[in-house]
Amino acid sequence: MIAAPQISMREAFGEALVEFAGRYPEMMVLDADVSASTRTALFAKKYPERFFNLGVAEANMVDIAAGMATCGLRPVAATFALFISLKGGEQIRQTICYNNLPVVLAGSYAGLSDSFDGASHQSILDVAVMRAMPNMAVVVPADAIEVRQALAFALRRDGPTYIRICRNPVPVLFECAAPLEIGRIRQLRVGADITIAVCGVPTYMALEAADHLAADGIGADVLEVSTVKPMDEAALVRSVRKTGRVLTVEEHSVIGGLAGAVAETLGRLAPAPMDSIGVPDCFPESGPYPELLRKFGISTEEIESRARRLVAATSLPTKIRS
Amino acid sequence: MPIDTEQVLREQDRSRKAAALQYLAQQFRITVLDILHERGTGHWGGASSAAELLAALYFDVLRVRPDDPQWPDRDRLVVSKGHASCMLYTVLAHRGFLPMEELPTFRQLGSRLQGHPCMRRTPGVDMSTGSLGHGLSIALGMALAARQSGKEWWTYALLGDGDLNEGQTWEAIMAAAKFRPERLVALVDYNKVQLDGPSDEIMPMDPLPDKFRAFRWNVAPVIYNGHDMPQIFDSFDWIRSQRQWPVAVIYSTHKGRGVSFMEDNAYWHGAPVDDVSFTKARAELLATLEELGGKL
Repeated sequence: MIAAPQISMREAFGEALVEFAGRYPEMMVLDADVSASTRTALFAKKYPERFFNLGVAEANMVDIAAGMATCGLRPVAATFALFISLKGGEQIRQTICYNNLPVVLAGSYAGLSDSFDGASHQSILDVAVMRAMPNMAVVVPADAIEVRQALAFALRRDGPTYIRICRNPVPVLFECAAPLEIGRIRQLRVGADITIAVCGVPTYMALEAADHLAADGIGADVLEVSTVKPMDEAALVRSVRKTGRVLTVEEHSVIGGLAGAVAETLGRLAPAPMDSIGVPDCFPESGPYPELLRKFGISTEEIESRARRLVAATSLPTKIRS
Repeated sequence: MPIDTEQVLREQDRSRKAAALQYLAQQFRITVLDILHERGTGHWGGASSAAELLAALYFDVLRVRPDDPQWPDRDRLVVSKGHASCMLYTVLAHRGFLPMEELPTFRQLGSRLQGHPCMRRTPGVDMSTGSLGHGLSIALGMALAARQSGKEWWTYALLGDGDLNEGQTWEAIMAAAKFRPERLVALVDYNKVQLDGPSDEIMPMDPLPDKFRAFRWNVAPVIYNGHDMPQIFDSFDWIRSQRQWPVAVIYSTHKGRGVSFMEDNAYWHGAPVDDVSFTKARAELLATLEELGGKL
């Protein structure tokens, strides 16, 4: 296991809102009756006059944020990822994206992280939905540090940004790294045998898997694709042209998320054998978060074994490693 | 008889202005009918229904600057019933936001005049609409922004029957009564006909004023005739005298107003205007226009 301290992304998000309040006086925060969960409550407590709790009415919240944005404010609208992407989805498309409005949409409790609440709350299609919206940037941070950096970036961006936020504590990976940039892949490991493209929580798993693979002589290029849209096509293509194969890893359905984004890019620019780790096309279930992740194949072991399999299946006989 | 729109804007005498705007609104109807017939696409019913309200808003009520459409302190109008687009464009063109010659490009490739209003393409359009139910939420956001920025612009949302079917509109009605932003006004173009038929059959909304009141809105004590310019003026006098927000005004209107066989007829929500109907409809609209011209 990665020995880094663990901080929850939602906590970092709430704290960052408070931290940025002074720098961005035009920032307003909206929530749909889950401020205690998303941690926008931290901001609400300190800046009640800039906080709007709309009750359980996501569509209304999104369009209010849009109206504010047309008048020079910088709204941040937060609720659970599943609800903002689907209950607020039409509003995000019609009002925010169509008009390219600078609204930050924060989807909390993303992926399987609302684990005990079950399939009704688990968000494994939000990236697919958001990615299909013109003008939208889709950012999937891998740790608490990146959440803060993504928010800072989004507040300066001239257009809408979706930030995907995990509920639970996850290892801090990027304390000393250069800040996240929207649209830029981070190369976390260098290797010549396989590209592992990962986003979000499983990033630390991909790093662990890469270390295990390296010990066996398999070099993995680990790309953290924190911005699923716009895709850093140049970095992705450069890596896959070198390694000749790619494994995507995400806490999302294998349909339409990072796997989709990578396949669309490579299919066009650098076709290569590919495999995808993520939630299969099904409804998940209740359970402890780590066990749920494991059940759906989102684990260090699974990344390692699927990477080995992909390398073996796509190597010339002379290159097969014993 | 062409009418000088600049003169209408400057007119100080209330009854003369009402008569001029009544005439102008009818002229807008003819322009809209011509465009819809020529293009073979567009929504006559909801456009005609809103002729007088849009004419009054742009020529008497809204503080806007056609030479500076993005003027930050302007009053905002969200035309939530975006299918009235052709009427909106016609009014905007007469108000100086667009060249008149552009109107016939309505719904054509490359045009700034999209099928439904697009704020990124058409000067003077404060919000893109078309999918129903969004307008009041957006207007609420704008009114809250005014409060937040210490500005005093007015924010109007023009809603139709279809908007009121949408659950989101009621979310906005609830939320507006919670935050009570100053100068937020819902104007309901209540023509009681929707795409599939009479609202009473498709989705009854009555008693509409009581519904707004139950949600703690300040509702105009009378339902105004949304085709009668003096009554529309009265309604805005009432609005301007209010101190309790948010405010709702319900206007009784007729879908497809001005053409006997199109009025209150759901078929004319969005049916293309064929040649035979066009000739008959235009003659009726012109006859009324002449009558109104006599009162100028």
